[in-house]
Amino acid sequence: MVSSLLLSFTDYRIVNSPKFIGLGNYTRLFDGTDPYFYKSLWVTFKYVALRVPLGLIVSFIVALLLNQDFIRGKSIFRTIYYLPVIVPAVASSMIWIWLFSPDLGLINNVLTAIHLPTFNWLDSEAMVVPSIVMMSLWGVGSTVIIFLAGLQGVPRSLYEAATVDGAGFMRKFLNITIPMMTPIIFFNLIMGSIGAFQVFTEALIMTQGGPNNASLFYNYYIYREAFQFGEMGHASAIAWILFIIILAVTGLFFRTSKAWVFYESEV
Amino acid sequence: MQSSKSISQIVVYSFLIIGSLFCLLPLFWLIRSSFMTSLQIFEMPPVLIPSPFRFHNYVEALTTINFGRFFSNTLIITICCLFGALISSSLGAYSYARLRWPGRNFFFALLLSSMMLPGAVTLIPTFIGWKMAGLINTYYPLILPVWFGAAFDIFLLRQFYSTIPKDLDEAAYVDGAGLWTIYWRIMIPLSKPALIVIGLFSFMNSWNDFMGPLVYVNEEKKFTMALGLQMFQSMHSAQWHLLMAASTVVILPVIIVFFIGQRYFIEGITLTGLKG
Repeated sequence: MVSSLLLSFTDYRIVNSPKFIGLGNYTRLFDGTDPYFYKSLWVTFKYVALRVPLGLIVSFIVALLLNQDFIRGKSIFRTIYYLPVIVPAVASSMIWIWLFSPDLGLINNVLTAIHLPTFNWLDSEAMVVPSIVMMSLWGVGSTVIIFLAGLQGVPRSLYEAATVDGAGFMRKFLNITIPMMTPIIFFNLIMGSIGAFQVFTEALIMTQGGPNNASLFYNYYIYREAFQFGEMGHASAIAWILFIIILAVTGLFFRTSKAWVFYESEV
Repeated sequence: MQSSKSISQIVVYSFLIIGSLFCLLPLFWLIRSSFMTSLQIFEMPPVLIPSPFRFHNYVEALTTINFGRFFSNTLIITICCLFGALISSSLGAYSYARLRWPGRNFFFALLLSSMMLPGAVTLIPTFIGWKMAGLINTYYPLILPVWFGAAFDIFLLRQFYSTIPKDLDEAAYVDGAGLWTIYWRIMIPLSKPALIVIGLFSFMNSWNDFMGPLVYVNEEKKFTMALGLQMFQSMHSAQWHLLMAASTVVILPVIIVFFIGQRYFIEGITLTGLKG
């Protein structure tokens, strides 16, 4: 870790040995000499901003549905929802490239069949990030299961007491379920954001960062600088900025968490 | 009342089933297409069940690229990592949970903090380190780190060991059992479920790993399945039926292992998810 920090202050390409250049790598990033830096930041933030809330909402809803008392075959549903998680990212990228394919893909064909407009999913700059978000929602299974476990841990007596007091479904949901679940929502928020900042395989396989760098995710950018262009020092600096961003974002979440996360043990 | 209840049941079930379709359809489509000719795949309206089943796609996909080789490479790496993860994390966790040694808490905190670092930050210096050691294009960078224990596994197991009553190993100690006997005869058998979880995760991680081999392996005959599949994609980008057959071959082992260990797997997620 320390060596990575040191490297970020050097001009180190695979071909020559490290040479100290101070903040050179960093100024080169921020003054716009490297046109890809801001681009990849923007792309990654866009992805995180879409992926994290959507992922949380979708998996929370699925977990709520699965937690209804009358549902039979819970374990079957659980297995089905978890299944996409275990599919290797390379293989799932492959499946989705094909589902997204503009003329031949399943998605556009279904849309045509029900007379809806079709999209150039992965080939248009506007749609490429939403497409990858959509694909990533396919793998929310593990979040669903964590939510489900949390929901099952909410004491039944609370609901019973509320029913006696005449609380309706919405009231129980807003005043019991949500507050009791905030620690788990918080956990998933943190883990989800950390994961989303580091998306890589999809970018490499599905789009190689294209079209026109519209899916140049940050981690892929680091990889490209380091291992395709051999700019180790420069890439280290980029990696460090990512680390600081992640630290800042999680720090921010932790600070705000005091206002909304409810820990039973503190009562 | 009764009727409104059954309506909500129908609504909930239909949402769940739609969600399941969203999860299953891509996989079904993959397997379906892997048995078709490339013409049949694009027939409109789409054909659900291939007829006839073309097993030849698999033969073709597996022979045009040396998938047999990639398969055994991946298997070797996976097995080495599996043993490494189990042995080193159980020993490490045992020491953190039961032995007293100076600096134990400090090292444990260090271990936990190493979980927070993004991979990208450590990747470059680690790569340079392996390069200096002359071990690029070998499997050592992929296997050896696992043998030094992963923070996450050690943490999980330590939590698990802490739930095993101390009386048990104290009794054994009084009966003359040494540290090794206690570890081997008491801790290991009692922590089987947790070990299975770690084993499953380790299997999945190394089988599915893409970035590791991508960075460290550059000779084609040393490629893993994940790399092979990517290479195959760039070579045969138009031949979807072959691509789908190849992808199925990569996915199948993980799915089989998943179904064997399914019960532990889901428990493992909840266990690790909530305590991690």
